[in-house]
This record gives sequence, C-alpha cells and structure tokens, in this order.
Amino acid sequence: MTNIIIVARKEIQEGLRNRWVLATTLLLAALALTLSFLGSAPTGNVGVNRLDVVIVSLSSLTIFLIPLIALLISHDAIVGEAERGTMLLLLSYPLGRSEVMLGKFLGHVSILAFATLFGYGASALGLALTSTGIDIESWRSFASMVASSVLLGAVFIAIGYLISTQASERSTAGGIAIGIWLFFVLIYDMALLGALVAGQGQALPSRLLDLLLVANPTDAYRLLNLSSGGASALSGMGGIAGHTRLSTPVLVGALGLWTVLPLAVANFIFARREV
Amino acid sequence: MTTTVELTSASKRYGKIEATKDMSFALKAGETIALVGHNGAGKTTLIKLMLGLIRPTTGSVKVLGEDPATGDFAVRQRLGYLPESVSFHMTLTGRETLAFYARLKRVAVSHIDTLFERVGLSPEAANRPVRTYSKGMRQRLGLAQALLGEPRILLLDEPTSGLDPALRRNFYDLITELRGGGATVLLSSHALTELEDRADRVIIVNRGSKIADGTLDELRKLARLPTRISVRLANGASSLEGASWSRTAEGRLEANVAPEDKIALLREVTGDPSMLADLAITEPTLDDLYAHFLNGQKTQ
Repeated sequence: MTNIIIVARKEIQEGLRNRWVLATTLLLAALALTLSFLGSAPTGNVGVNRLDVVIVSLSSLTIFLIPLIALLISHDAIVGEAERGTMLLLLSYPLGRSEVMLGKFLGHVSILAFATLFGYGASALGLALTSTGIDIESWRSFASMVASSVLLGAVFIAIGYLISTQASERSTAGGIAIGIWLFFVLIYDMALLGALVAGQGQALPSRLLDLLLVANPTDAYRLLNLSSGGASALSGMGGIAGHTRLSTPVLVGALGLWTVLPLAVANFIFARREV
Repeated sequence: MTTTVELTSASKRYGKIEATKDMSFALKAGETIALVGHNGAGKTTLIKLMLGLIRPTTGSVKVLGEDPATGDFAVRQRLGYLPESVSFHMTLTGRETLAFYARLKRVAVSHIDTLFERVGLSPEAANRPVRTYSKGMRQRLGLAQALLGEPRILLLDEPTSGLDPALRRNFYDLITELRGGGATVLLSSHALTELEDRADRVIIVNRGSKIADGTLDELRKLARLPTRISVRLANGASSLEGASWSRTAEGRLEANVAPEDKIALLREVTGDPSMLADLAITEPTLDDLYAHFLNGQKTQ
C-alpha cells in the first residue's frame, strides 16, 4: 500500500510540474463558467432552476471532454515510461508491477478529480453567488454529477492503461486512444440512434437497449445524470429513461465494472510484459 | 568470501534469439567484476536476469541466496542498479527524483544530501529540474540512486560511457570505496580499456556465451600475446640477426616475441648499443587482449 501511495504522489508531483493539473482545471473551469452563464441565457429566469440547466450542460461537456483528458493522461503511462527508459529502473526497485499501475491510477484519478471538482465547482460557486432559490435537491444532483464525472474519468484512465500496456510504441497508443474516444463518444451513439430511428422505436427490445446503453460507459453516465430530477425534462433523455429499467445503482455498478475490468486486464498484461 | 550472485547454466531466449546461452558463474562479496562484450553480446540481458526483471528460460539465477524474480522483493532492497543511458522524469528536480527512489527503498529522505555530496552534485544542481542536466550530471544522479540503502550488490550497466576522464576517475574512486565496504560491484562495458585495470576479475561475453573469465593477469597468461619490439638502426647498420624482423614504412624494424623470449631478444639487440638509434617496447594493450579472446571464439 505504501508503494502505491509513493508512486501516486510522484505522479501528482509530475502533473503539477508539467502543468497538466493547471491546464485541465483551467480548461474545465473556463468551459463550465461559459456554459453556466451563457448557456442559461435562453431559459431566462422562467421557473426553471438554473443549477439544473448547468447540470445538463456540464454533463454534456463531461461526455466529450473528460474521456479525452483521461485518455490523454493515461495512454502513455506504461508505454511512455518504457520508451523513455524510466520503467526499467523503476521495476528494479522493491515494488510489484501491480503497485506501479495502481499507484499511477490513484495519481491520475486524483489529478482528474481535482480538476473536475475545482473546474465545475467554480461554475457552481458563480451560480450560487448570482442567483437565489436553488434547492437542496439540485445541489445533490450537482454533487452526484461531479462524482460520476470523476468515475467516468476513472473508466477512461483504466482503458488508457489497457491501451498503454498493449501498444509497443507511444504513437500507436496515442492513435488507439483517439480511436477509442471517437468510438465511445461519437460513433457508438450515432449508430445506436440510427438503429432506433430506422426501427421507429420498435426494432430494439428494451432489454437489448438497456444492455447497449450500459455497454458504453458514456451512455451509462448520460443516463445517470440526465434521466432523473429536474434534468430529465430539460435534456430530452426522459424519453429513453422512461423505457429503461436501469436504476442508479446499476448504472454506477456498470461504470465501476468499466473501471475494474480494463484495469485488471491491463495489470495482467503488464505483469507478463518483457522489459 | 561469500557468494552473492550465482548463475547456473542460465539461458534466456527471446523468440528465436538466444540472448544468453548456458551461462554459469558466481560473484563474491568484495569483488569488482568487469562484464565485457560488444553491444548486443548479452550483457544487459545478464544484468536483467540478476535483477529479476526477466526469468531465465532454463537454468537458475540466485541473488543473495534467493530467486530475484519471485518473492517479496526483499533482495532488491539490497541491490543497486544503474541502467545503460539512465533517464529520469524530466520535470522533477534531482532532489525530488532521488527522494522518490529513496522512499521506494525505505531509505530516510534525510540521507540523500550525503549521497549528492558523495557523487559530486552540488545542492544548487540538486534543486534544478533533471531536464537541465548534462549527461555527466544525469550519470551522477543515476549513481546516487544506485547507492541508496548501502547496496550489497551493485550492477552498473556501461557506467562510464560518455563521462569525461576526470569524472571517470572520480567514479572509479567511489567504486573502490564500495568494494572496501564488501559490496559486489559488476561493471559492464563494451571495451576493456574503459576499465583501466580497476576490475579484480573480467568476464568476457560474446553472442550470449561466456568466452573468458579470470583476473587480467590470468587472461594475459592465457592469451600469451606477443610483445612488440621496435628499433631504429643507427647509420651504417642495415639489418639485425636472429628473430623475424620486419621493416616498417618508417624504416624501423619490428619483431613480435612471446613473453618468455622477450628478455633474451632485448639482450641480443642491445648487445652492441652503437647499432641502435632508438628502441621501443609495446606491451599488449587491454584492447589487444579483448580482441584476442573475441577472435579466438570466431575460429573455434
């Protein structure tokens, strides 16, 4: 356990030094503030809770940005160190390979959690200062949105490690990472939407649709945040949410599984990788 | 002396390439061993086997009595390793880098200042990012991390390549100090001359096999390399009797003689000093010795 924390600490130190932490926090804060103040302009002040609007905007932002950031930090974690030659020295130290990977995971998730918390927190704070009448229920949704964004980040960090242990070169890992991002964030949903439209809602049995939704972590995240409370009415996800029987624990479980499985497979491959 | 590292017919195969073939040797405490071979001869593979980073395909490797590739890594606590062309995380400072490795080896971080001093890195340099380091400074930092926790075995892969002569001298002084403390020091190198007679024992490897193992004196005796005697004759004299002299382009006469005939020939040549304008004796260099063993293996 100590070794995991030592490795995590070094990752965070590096993240601070090479400005990753600063850059992601500022990027998320800037986009979140823009969305929360400009994005809510059309709704004006007519009844709708402004924080609910922000949750919808930020969730959509998360789906695009967080997987991308997570893959950018993680795809190079193993193959990059191997290529630079630092891995050889690290592995000659008295620590196991799984400790190396779990330490990196802990460090990278902490960086992402910090950036999300402070980036999105900035917009929430701005909103709290400028508007009144935000109920506790909306705050709870906001907190769970931030937490699940970090969880979505953890999923893609784990996927990034899997790419990183498989690839033999950094550039290959980078290419695969971009491909994975495009697939989960854009192509998958387009295909799913296409299938739904083509079948006019009849082609897919609801059980299969449920399965298809949890088979993509970004969809699981979307359902988790956009189908409940005040957000469902705003996002148009209420329609789908009405049909599925996917409850919050199932969706969180799916995201958890999406983290643990790639991490376990990456660990397995890394343990057998020749250095 | 106690044995610290023992390889018993260890082989390592990568696909079809045999990086190490049937390698057996034992290293003892307080010994400085030079592992010499061309690039790609299998030196790094041997070091990785001793570190437990890879497992032998056949045979066994024992370090401090244990298999380094399994167990709780207690053995690695007592090992120091300097990789060939060592690299670090560029954005961290030298101090942060060494503190990270110290924590992993459970060495008190307060000890690292003495280490910086020992390898000759100034406190000012230690607080700079590694990115700004010269090759020599990086090598010093690499050596500092290898020295963490008073290792009983030091595995140094091409430690002096790229170092200037002053640094190299400084480096070998450190090695001598460590040997005095009873550590086993293994230095790998691609040329025997790099080692400047610092090693107690030389192991020459080529294409994954061990082709020579012994002290430099033992290897010299085994090789029986000839001494070259070169003379320039005084005006008037045209040739010498006896040994097979050959004439060089500069007009000198040269002869290669076996070690045991050397004195006799010298006595003969210097019998009439007025005949000679100049005399030079060239003993076989370490490079000649190395070449002898490598060529010997090719003809087998």
